[in-house]
Parts: sequence; structure tokens; C-alpha cells
Amino acid sequence: MTAGPPHPALETRDLTKVYGEGNTRVVAMQDVTVRVERGEVVALLGPSGSGKSTFLTAVGLINPPTSGSVWIGGELVQDGPRALTDLRAFRRRKMGFVFQKSNLIPFLKARENVQIALELSSLSSREARRRALQLLDDLGVGDRSEHYPTELSGGQQQRVAVARAIANEPALILADEPTAALDSNRGRQVMELFREIAHERGSAAIVVTHDHRALDVFDRIYEMEDGVIDAGKPNPSSPDAGDRE
Amino acid sequence: MNLAVRDVRHNLGRFVLTCLGIGMLLMIVMGMGGIYRGIIEDATLLVDRVDADVWVVQRDTRGPFAELSRVPPSLLHRVAAVPGVVSAREFVFHTIQRERGGKPLRIAVVGLSWPEDRGDWLPLIEGRPLAQNHYELIADRSLGLRLDDTIQLGRETYRVVGITTGMLASGGDGVAFTTVRDAQAIQLELSGEAIRLEREARRTRAGRSEFPLVQPALGERATAPSASIPALPTRTLTAVLASAEPGRTEEVLETISGWSDVTGYTTSGQRELLLMGNVAKVRAQIGLFRALLTAIATIIMALILYTLTLDKLHDIALLKLIGAPNRVILALILQQALLIGAVGFVIALALGSWLFPRFPRRVILTEPDLAQLAAIVAAISVFASLLGIWKALRVSPNEAVG
Repeated sequence: MTAGPPHPALETRDLTKVYGEGNTRVVAMQDVTVRVERGEVVALLGPSGSGKSTFLTAVGLINPPTSGSVWIGGELVQDGPRALTDLRAFRRRKMGFVFQKSNLIPFLKARENVQIALELSSLSSREARRRALQLLDDLGVGDRSEHYPTELSGGQQQRVAVARAIANEPALILADEPTAALDSNRGRQVMELFREIAHERGSAAIVVTHDHRALDVFDRIYEMEDGVIDAGKPNPSSPDAGDRE
Repeated sequence: MNLAVRDVRHNLGRFVLTCLGIGMLLMIVMGMGGIYRGIIEDATLLVDRVDADVWVVQRDTRGPFAELSRVPPSLLHRVAAVPGVVSAREFVFHTIQRERGGKPLRIAVVGLSWPEDRGDWLPLIEGRPLAQNHYELIADRSLGLRLDDTIQLGRETYRVVGITTGMLASGGDGVAFTTVRDAQAIQLELSGEAIRLEREARRTRAGRSEFPLVQPALGERATAPSASIPALPTRTLTAVLASAEPGRTEEVLETISGWSDVTGYTTSGQRELLLMGNVAKVRAQIGLFRALLTAIATIIMALILYTLTLDKLHDIALLKLIGAPNRVILALILQQALLIGAVGFVIALALGSWLFPRFPRRVILTEPDLAQLAAIVAAISVFASLLGIWKALRVSPNEAVG
């Protein structure tokens, strides 16, 4: 008996989201079917209002779809609006989020912002602290660990947010325009960070972005328009393009 | 990681100001409780301290504190003769208001039965008990008199020979102790002019009557000094106090209840009269006011905690997004509420302990009352946080994304 192929990190089938009804009915996302493999970093492009954020929040299990299903790591977690698991616990264990604004908790220091995510996963305070410091060191903000978010630059805040997102070694990292508030250099650094993390840890990352200057770091690029997503295409300029082929 | 403590640490100024506000509010709640306790203590202080088993007062009155009572001095001997009575004492109580140093001075005057009672039982902090039948006075500290001060009361001058502490009448006035004779003199002694006017009025009345024509001696008597008129009543007492043999108080009371001119009360009966009569309305008023203040404190705390929660809604949504279970969010709000309540209580206690002794009436903070208030504060902290918790639980993690 041979083991089957590993489950993809994320799979959505006919994901649809409709807001309102009657005259006010708006289809924000229609029949979105996507498959993201482990270790893959994908970009999601599209104009404002195309449904990118709706897709991201649906697969992030914070905004249930009207219909369709979400599979994460081979597990069906959302079937239409019906949750099939404790979504909050699932997010804690399997997902990491990074946003346009860093979204750090303002009353926690940089280290504590990462540590809280680890402690929520039942790590002891001591071990969580150690790992948080390690992660911040890895991301180059170790020396800012005892500073509050307001005392950090935008780039430093975003690195702390990335550290928090990857702290629990999630299967799926979801990022919504994470470089919008950063200059191009720092933006690129963050994108490369996602790539490194996904490749080294076997996570998948979906990054909603408008920043076309850093598209070369992605393995695959999807585009959305009017709630409809394309089939996605491998990125020929990706450093690993040759390997994949 | 304790999020409540982290939030407080980060917003220390806001937390301190919030606690100060809550603390001052709780201090008022605490103060109302203290005033309530003070009124009860003041009301029953004399009854408890005087140490009598039976109080014999004017028939059908609730004297001597709840209402005026007058009994003849001869009652002392009748009471002393009752089987079961070990000793009987005269008791005079009345309140006067004089001016001293340009300010009104209210004194509750208590007459002690000289020479049996010289005030040895009084809590003296300075000086000595009474040493003579006249012109000496033991004053409570609250009256502002000092040892060896002299004070003019009626036609006589009295010297302060002792200072007590905590001896107040039910109205909160400081008590001054003299002998019964002096207390009567202070109450009833008239000025020379008043005596002259009264004598003139007597003479006029006698002139209108036919009796002096029929009996000239009667007319002469009417114009003579009061002291030489045997028909005038003697000075009255307020009550007669009796000490009964152990276990015979009821028997003494039963005997006295057969007398048609007086009524007897036990010490507990006197306490009851005071608490149910004199101070009942004040107690009820303060009790209700205290309950109202507690409700207001709860509402204000709830609003503060709700506002603090509103400030953190985005952070709470973020916590939910990263998978924080509800108990973590509940703990954040509840612990902060309890922390504000606890620090507020300590501030209230510290401020109150400093401020209350400066109040004109006694504010008594007893340990059971403080423990009760601490429990109430804990309860209102929990109750007040419910609104914030309700709001926090309704926040969608989606709000962290927007």
C-alpha cells in the first residue's frame, strides 16, 4: 500500500460570498476554487473591490462564505456558512495573519505580542518568551523586543507582526497587503521573508498585494476581478521557477 | 501572560485617574456607612456606658433620651426600696446651646448622682473624676474645652476637671458631666432679671385676686423669693437609674410597672427606644442613601469599564483573530474591573481614614463594615464588567481586519 499525495495546504471549492439580498444583493466572490500546496507562496492580485479581502477572510475562517467549502491541510473546516470545527482554535493552531497595518496589540511590547500567540497555544510562559525572542532575533528586530509598537518603525512593526503570524508554525499564512505601509526596500524584505518561511517551514502563504515590484518572489500568481478568480499561473520570474518545472 | 496587568501598565495614568475617581466614590459609600454606624453608636453610647439595669422615667414617656421625662427626686428612695434593687441613682439629661469664642456650643449635660457617682466609669483621657458637689465639670474632647478651662453656665462658673473621649449624645453633641444638682441648676436657673420679672408677675396676679384681701399672708408669700414658697415644686430629675441583683431585673421592672406615675425600661429597652425612635428615620435615610450610592457607583463603574472595553475592541477582535479563547478576553475585562475595584477600595480607605476624623460627627469604620463593603465592591466590579464583557463577546474577529 502506498501513501497518497500529501494534502494541499489550502483548497477551496466554489467559494461564493453574497452580501445583502434583493435589490441590494452584491456578489463579492463567486465560485472561487483554489489550491495552494505546502511550501508555496502565492500572490493574489486584483483591483480594489475585486473580492480579494473577502476571499482572504473566508479562507481565514473569520467571514463565512455563503456557499462552497474550505479545506485546510486536507480537513474540511467550512462547508458553506457552517463551521465544522472550533474555528478560533483552528486559527490558533493552523493559521497566521499579517495585515496592511501591523495590527499589533498596543499595550503589549514587541516580544509580548509574539509571546501571547505562543502562550495561547499552551506553551509555558518561559518557553513562549524564549521562542518569541528567538523569532524576533531571526527577523532582525531582537533589539527592539522590549519596545511598544508605537516605539517601532513601520518596517519593524511589520516584522513583529510576521513573527507573531509564524510563531505557531502555521500551515497557512494569510497576508493582506502587508507591504502597503512600507517603502519598496522594506516591502521586498517582508515578501522575501514570507518566501523563506514558507519554503523552510513547509507553510503556504497567500499574499494579497498591489505591489508589482516584488512579484518575482511568488511561486504562483492569481488574479481576481469582480469576485471571480482566474486559474492562477506559475510565476516564470520566481527564483524556483526552474525547479518546479 | 496577564493581559489586564499589561494594559494597566501601558495606560498607567488613565488607570490611576480611574481608580482615584472610583476610590473617591467608594469613599463616599464608605463614609455613609460610617455615618450610619456613628449615629447608632452615638445614640446608644450613653445608655451602654451609664451601666444601669433599669431606667425609671415619667409614666408613658420614652425618656430620657427619646423624649422629655420628669420624675420627682423622691422617686429615688421608692426605687431604692424595691426588692431586688441593689442601688438607685439620680439622672439628669438635657441639651443646652451657648456661645463660646463667637461660635455656638451645644452641650449635652448629664447629671451624676453625687456622691455615689463621681464619673469614675468615664473614659478620661485627662484630668480626674468629680471631686466636689458643685462647679466642676467633665467635658468630652469634642466640645473643644481643655482641662482647667472655665465656662459660665447659668449664673455659675464651672471648671473643667476632666476630659473624656467619644462621649456623645444621640444628636452627636459632646457630653458634659456635672453633679445632678449642677445639671439641674444649669437647666432651670433663671437670671436675676427673670426672677424679678417672675416675682412682679406673681405680685400682679395676687393683686387681681381676692385671696390676699381675705388672707394677707398669702399676698406676702406671693411676693417673697421663690425659695421661700413651699408650694412651689422641687426641681425634677430626668430619670432614676437602678442596679438590680443578678437575675432580678424583670422582677424589679414588674414591681415598677405597678406604679401609676412612672414607667421602667431595661437597658436593652432603652436601646430599642433610641434605635426605633430617635434615630430610626435617620438610619433609614442614610441606609437608603447608601444603597443609592452603591447603585450609582455600580453604574459609573460599569460605564467606565464599558468605555475601557470600547477602547480595546480592536485589540479584542485581534485577540479573537489569533485564536484567543473567550476566557482570555473575559479575564482581561474582569481582572481589570477587580483591579480597579480593589485599588479604588484601598484609595477610599486611605482617604477616608484621613478625612473622616475631621468630620463634625463621628464616622465609624468597623472591620465588619469594611469587609462587607469590600465584598460589595467585588460584586459591583463583577457586575459592572458584564456590560463590557457582553460587548467584547459580540466583537467579530473580522473587525481586526477592516
